[in-house]
Amino acid sequence: MKPISVEDKLAVNKYDVDKDVHIKINEDICKECENHPCLYICPADCYKLREQRITFSYEGCLECGSCQIVCDKEAIEWTLPRGGFGICYEYG
Amino acid sequence: MLVERGKFAGAKNMWGGAFYGPTLSELLPDFWEEAPIERYMARHKFSLLTHDACLSAESTTQKFSQPPYNGFTLLRSKFDRWFASKVEQAGAIVATGLQADGLLHDGNHIIGIKAGGDELPADVVIACDGVNSILAQEAGLQGKILPRDVKQGVKEVIELPRKTIEQRFNLSGDEGVAWEFIGSCTKGLPGGAFIYTNKESLSVGVVVQLGALVEKKIKANELLDEFKGHSSVANLLDGGKLVEYSAHLIPASGIDMMPALYTDGFLVAGDAAAFVVGTGLILEGANFAIASGVAAAETVIRAKQSGDFSTKSLSYYQDLLAQSFVLKDLKTYRKAHHFLANPRIYSSYPELACDLAERIFTNDGKPRKKSWQLLREAMKGRVSFCQIACDLIRGRGAI
Repeated sequence: MKPISVEDKLAVNKYDVDKDVHIKINEDICKECENHPCLYICPADCYKLREQRITFSYEGCLECGSCQIVCDKEAIEWTLPRGGFGICYEYG
Repeated sequence: MLVERGKFAGAKNMWGGAFYGPTLSELLPDFWEEAPIERYMARHKFSLLTHDACLSAESTTQKFSQPPYNGFTLLRSKFDRWFASKVEQAGAIVATGLQADGLLHDGNHIIGIKAGGDELPADVVIACDGVNSILAQEAGLQGKILPRDVKQGVKEVIELPRKTIEQRFNLSGDEGVAWEFIGSCTKGLPGGAFIYTNKESLSVGVVVQLGALVEKKIKANELLDEFKGHSSVANLLDGGKLVEYSAHLIPASGIDMMPALYTDGFLVAGDAAAFVVGTGLILEGANFAIASGVAAAETVIRAKQSGDFSTKSLSYYQDLLAQSFVLKDLKTYRKAHHFLANPRIYSSYPELACDLAERIFTNDGKPRKKSWQLLREAMKGRVSFCQIACDLIRGRGAI
C-alpha cells in the first residue's frame, strides 16, 4: 500500500461536523509553551504550528482525549462534541 | 436507560479487535450464532521486529476452533449496535445521540445526569464513558489521567477480498488470527503493533504509551505507516484499501490507576474503571468491561430491592468484582506495567533474537560456530547475562 497522508486517512472517515467547536485552545498560553506536545500526540493532526503560532481545527478530531492529557499548561478547554456529532465509526 | 453519545451504539467505539473468554456467552448463550462477529480466533502469532528482520512464534490448537471458542474478532460499530438491540429487547431504553455532560447532585448523593440540556434523574448512574471518564472525574473518584498511565492506539481498517485474507494468513472458513508485534514498530517505546483478521478486512494498528510519544516527539500515525511498510508486513496488506482510520486511549496502569469504584448513587465500569490487563502477550479489556457491567447491574438490582442506593449498599459492586476474574486478574498483573516499561523489551531483546536467528541461518561459506558462541556474539554491546537474569526475575514476578 502506498503511504497515505493523515488528511487522506481522515477523508475516508464519516463525520457529522457540528457548528459548535468542542475543543478550544488558549493561544496566549500556547505562545509561552516550548514543547508543544499537542503537535505529536494528536493522531488526526488537528494541531499545527504556523508562523510560531499553534492553530487548532476540530473537524477531523477522533475524540481520543490525548491532547488534554499531555497539555501540562492547561491551555486546552476540552469537551466532547454534542450528542450525535463528530466522528461516526462504521467499522470500529 | 442507556445513554449513548454516538448516532447509534458503537459509532464512537474503536478497539484493536479481539475479544476473549466466556463472559458474553454466560450472559447470552451461543451469541456467536446471531451476533455480527468477524472470525473466531484460531491462531495467535507473536513477532519480534527490527527494522529489517522478523522472528515469529505461532500458537494454534483445534480447541480454539470449536464452540464455545476462545476468542473472536469483532468490529465494534457493527457488534455494539447488535448488542444494544439486546439491551432494548431486555426492556431498557437506548437513547442515542445523547451526550452525558455531567451529574445531578443532591448534597453528597448523585441523583442522575445532565444530558443535552435536559436533566435525567436516576437511582444509580453507571459511568462507562471510557478512560477519560468525565463522569468519574466529576464524581470525585478519578483524578487527572497522567500520560504514563494510558496508551494511544491508532488503527486502520484495510479492506481485502475474503479469499486473499485466508490465503495470506493460512486460514480456512471463519478462522482468524491475532498477531502481535513488538520491537522496531514502536521505535523501542513501550507498546506494540497488531494485525487482526476480520471477514473482509484487516485491523492494523500501533499502541504506544502516551508519555513516551510526548517525550520522544514521535507520532503514533508515523509508527503505523512504518509498520505497514515493514518487509514482513507490507506484502500482507498489498492491494488493500483503507476504509477507516481511528484512534483511542487505553488505560495501561491497571489497579495502580483504578479509581474508587462506587459512591452514593454512582458506579464506574469498563475502561472508565481502568479494567484492562496487558502483559505483552495478552491484552484484554472487553471481557472486563462486560463482566463489570453485569456486576454493576446485579448491584443496582439488589439495591433497588432494598431501596437503598447509598455508598454502603453499592459497595456490593466491589465485593462482586473481587470474587470474579476482574479484580483477581488486575491484582495478578498489578506489576505488569512496571515490567513492561523496560526499554530492553522493545529494542535490545527483539534485536538480539533477530540477530541470533540470522547468525544461525546464515551460510557465508566460513566454518560454523556453535549456537552458544553465536549468542555471545549477538549479545555483545546489547545486553549482558546479568541484565537478562534480572529481567527474567522481574518478569517472573510481574507477568
